[in-house]
Amino acid sequence: MNSILIIAEHDGKKLNASTARAVSCAQAIGGDIDIAVFAADAGSVAQAAAKLKGVKRVLKIERAENGHQLAAVLAPQIAKLAKDYTHVLAPSTTFGKDVLPRAAALLGVQQVSDVMKVIDPVTFERPMYAGNAIVTVKAPEKSCVVATVRTASWQECGSGGTAEITAVSTDAALPVHTRFVELKAEKSDRPDLQSAARVVSGGRGVGSKENFAIIYKFADKLGAAVGASRAAVDAGFVPNDLQVGQTGKIIAPDLYVAVGISGAIQHLTGIKDARTIVAINKDPDAPIFQVADIGLVGDLFKILPELEKELDKFKT
Amino acid sequence: MKILVGIKRVIDYSVRVQIKKDGSGVNIDGVKMSINPFDEIALEEALRIREGGTQAEIVAVSIGPSESQQQLRTALAMGADRAILVESADAVQPLMTARIFHELVKRENADLVILGKQAIDDDSNQTGQMLAALWDRPQATFASKLELKAKSAAVTREVDAGLEIIEIDLPAVITTDLRLNTPRFVKMPDIMKARSKPLQTLKLKELGVSAAPKLETAKFAPPPQRIGGKKVEDVPSLIAALKQKGVL
Repeated sequence: MNSILIIAEHDGKKLNASTARAVSCAQAIGGDIDIAVFAADAGSVAQAAAKLKGVKRVLKIERAENGHQLAAVLAPQIAKLAKDYTHVLAPSTTFGKDVLPRAAALLGVQQVSDVMKVIDPVTFERPMYAGNAIVTVKAPEKSCVVATVRTASWQECGSGGTAEITAVSTDAALPVHTRFVELKAEKSDRPDLQSAARVVSGGRGVGSKENFAIIYKFADKLGAAVGASRAAVDAGFVPNDLQVGQTGKIIAPDLYVAVGISGAIQHLTGIKDARTIVAINKDPDAPIFQVADIGLVGDLFKILPELEKELDKFKT
Repeated sequence: MKILVGIKRVIDYSVRVQIKKDGSGVNIDGVKMSINPFDEIALEEALRIREGGTQAEIVAVSIGPSESQQQLRTALAMGADRAILVESADAVQPLMTARIFHELVKRENADLVILGKQAIDDDSNQTGQMLAALWDRPQATFASKLELKAKSAAVTREVDAGLEIIEIDLPAVITTDLRLNTPRFVKMPDIMKARSKPLQTLKLKELGVSAAPKLETAKFAPPPQRIGGKKVEDVPSLIAALKQKGVL
């Protein structure tokens, strides 16, 4: 019988949706599923985690040091908890990528990165070469399996669970050599890019930082998150946390609208698991059209306002 | 201070990777090989630390086949002071790589290790974090800005939520993200000069590092292809197509 521990991702107040995607991966492995919430005050996050379907227990590990999600602080605690589990999972976000290998090394385990598919409890598919190769890897049978879960490959698990919430303490010695200073986050009322069901991205074709307003406006009409290509980020149109692609965020929304994006390989790598891709570009030969389910050739500055009008009609 | 920099030999980023017909791996015969781009950024950062007035010895380290000497020579031409190649014909996975680095860090008494956040071949994104764990020192992954002080560093990290700044005591491990810097081009005279710089080759056995657990790689396959290419004429047809797909 497998027993699986998932490390929750959160910002101290809200559970990140990537955690629910990791639960789906755990369900594919099969076994008892627990979620660990490391926090100074785990209250609301633990309650949200307990509602995820299929979760047996939520472990609250509350310490002042856990107030910021520092890998050097969390990893020794994860390694202690791992002793009771056959599997330890975390979402393959910047949080999971930072903390989990550190825990794996403490456990003396080779981590599996970016699980896309579960073949059996120790055999997984994962991407290499920026997703240009899918590799089947097998972890040693008898040791703990430590793996990050590629969020774009998994749907969020359902809600309606009633997991028991338990306070847990570990006697792990915590280092003081690493200190949180600050997080500079873009304040936004828009959905989170990583987990949004709809995303509108702009590319170099948008032309300037000021012109990007048209992308934001259209995204708001759709209730979508805003993304961008690397070219748009490098040109300074938008901050780099909006970048979608191999070197930015890899996402899998229901609807992806690429506006003024030519479709470099590195961008396509980040969106190829989207359910429906729409491309709007004035160049009919842009590579983005080869992967788009629906393409429209034309001037984005004419098409987007027209689309907004049509959407208004559709809503009423 | 002494800075160790990781240099991995990988298929050049511009090459379209071909998977072998028998699924045993990817084709590297006659394929252009280069320094992992994130490792170039790591070396560039070390060079800038030295050029910024900090007295530093920069040691480029590679683990891989003997051909990795080419990439180490390039690293020396960029400005590393000396290089170490730990020879291994077989692919070395991150935990083993971290153990080897840990051994070298102890031998060299390193103050700072700068590694790429991931190699663009296996895309593991593990080695820096694992080395920091084994060494019991701080890690600052996905760095986009580094401010070095006497005994600590302030590092800006690219995280999903934005930019996170942490302060770490030295010695420490830093892994690089794309925006940390733009690596310099190597000039001809530097390539000539690099030929006389020391490049030490060690056999993996000589290091006395115990073998780490490994993942067994069963099969390589190409990813499923996405079939697109349908175009519509105007905005109303776009709306209609979206409705038909049930996404509106």
